Amino acid sequence: MSERAQLLLELADDELILGWRNSEWTGIAPFLEEDVAFSSIAQNEIGHARALYDLAAVELGTDADALAFDRKPEEYRCAQLVQLRLVPDWAQTIARHVLYETADALRIAALKEHDDAELAGIAAKVEREEVYHRLHAEMWLERLRNEARYTEAVDELWPYALGVLEPGLRPALAERVGRPQVQAVERSAPGEEFAALWEEMTMVRRSAPVGAQW
Amino acid sequence: MDARTQEFLEEVQAGRQVETGDWMPDEYRKRLIKFIEMHGNSELMGVLPERDWILRAPTLQRKLALTAKIQDEVGHCQLIYRVVEDLGKPRAQCLDDLISGKSKFHNVFHYPTKSWGDVGVIAWLVDAAAIISQKALLKCSYAPYARVMKKVCWEESFHILHGRDTVLAMVTGTPAQFELVQEALDRWWPPLMHFHGNPIPAEEDPMFVWRIKSQANEDARQQFLEGYVPQILELGLTIPDPKLRRGDDGVWEYTEPDWDELMAVVTGHGPASQERLDFRRVSRAEVDWVSKVMLPEAA
Amino acid sequence: MIWEVFRQERKGQPFVHGGSFHAPDKAFADAYAREFYARRQESVALWIVPREEITEIGEFPDEFDLKYRRVDGYSIKARLKEARERAGTAAP
Repeated sequence: MSERAQLLLELADDELILGWRNSEWTGIAPFLEEDVAFSSIAQNEIGHARALYDLAAVELGTDADALAFDRKPEEYRCAQLVQLRLVPDWAQTIARHVLYETADALRIAALKEHDDAELAGIAAKVEREEVYHRLHAEMWLERLRNEARYTEAVDELWPYALGVLEPGLRPALAERVGRPQVQAVERSAPGEEFAALWEEMTMVRRSAPVGAQW
Repeated sequence: MDARTQEFLEEVQAGRQVETGDWMPDEYRKRLIKFIEMHGNSELMGVLPERDWILRAPTLQRKLALTAKIQDEVGHCQLIYRVVEDLGKPRAQCLDDLISGKSKFHNVFHYPTKSWGDVGVIAWLVDAAAIISQKALLKCSYAPYARVMKKVCWEESFHILHGRDTVLAMVTGTPAQFELVQEALDRWWPPLMHFHGNPIPAEEDPMFVWRIKSQANEDARQQFLEGYVPQILELGLTIPDPKLRRGDDGVWEYTEPDWDELMAVVTGHGPASQERLDFRRVSRAEVDWVSKVMLPEAA
Repeated sequence: MIWEVFRQERKGQPFVHGGSFHAPDKAFADAYAREFYARRQESVALWIVPREEITEIGEFPDEFDLKYRRVDGYSIKARLKEARERAGTAAP
């Protein structure tokens, strides 16, 4: 697999799994207005994943759904941060949201400058949507920054957040978040929590032969 | 009935539209709140049978569509509870009464879902049944609710298509997939037949008398059968009612649903009623701190 | 706080009341207005305003029926007929 395809899968897997985790809040968010807003964020993330998978699929001779659903758990390349199950903790959810959006902004900004026109193009599109994700994260940050449960959540998730980015971008993240760099929880192979997620995510799909229509 | 109330009643029966600040009889206000609140409750509880399946959706498109559908329903709950609030009952109290079992929600949301077949059948047929009622509510005498129904009907138009498309993919797929749909339909048919309520004549239905509803229950059910039975049968599916047939006069005959069962279900004795209400109670408790920080006036 | 939303369906159309929601401040209200009234690109523009900033005015005295200010305050049919007859231009 080319470096390009690996990069695309890494990004797509992050967005897919984060979108999957964020959609666990549908119907049970803290209040109705926020439920609707957060659901759009989850949908946007899945939409980004789909676009990135589409691009990788051309090179890999497959399609987006096959990449999203038909790989074995150990073949996914998502960061540990997005795999964590945080429902029903809203403070942790927002902490992840703030940290991820900050990290992703750095990653996407770098990707916009990529030599590969298709990669740069998709990064630009993703960024235009993520402007709103960042605004959403900031408005919640304003309200929760002094809550103990929020700051504790950031403490806990900070090493995971660093693991979203390749080492070259981590100092910039530390500066933006205002925390010293620490030992990151690296991307490594997905663990047990992911296995349970994968099981649920693919159970309907696996109930029919590969290639079945849904 | 005093003269002012009588005059009001005659006006709404003649087509008058009522706005939030207008004088209205206590009975009208109470019935409005109860009816509209039950609708809001139903949108909120309707999310629960479906939300698990977002996580299990077998393609990215289905995942997005199902998430969007449920998002719409949460949004509709918000719009509908706002109407109830402006009539005088705060949203937090609506949620309290829902969770305690004091207020009701529609029968179809008291049943479990078992497979992806349910997802298709619900989005297609339960939403179809609901849209028939919602279209009739466009003529509600209480204008703020009628206006919300306009947005609701417009947004729900894709739900039925998504449902039907989901069903079509399965009935043209493997035999096992076809069977998923048939099995789901067998389970959902009785609740669907209950959905529009017992066949009380319009003149005896207080909701119709006050023009809160503009359609008799049986008319809504007939409309559902007329529109959807042919669509179901043309896919090669069977409907689990041997008596179901269209008479020469265009009126559908069917096995009379058990109306006592409907009453038992909506008063909290359905197969999934308590489990769902418990789930709501627990999830609300877990995020209660957020509402208190953010929106002290409306949890 | 309750916020009211006015939406413009297409450029050139008036802003029409869409609905209301709860939000703690303007940043949240902006986000929620977008979600509820534009996530399907169904509006080209939105106005949001706290409900308490809106004043409803609902009663307008019309004691002396001042119809001269409206089109229905004029009935020219009879005089027009007379004028045409006089000028010989009435239809046969």
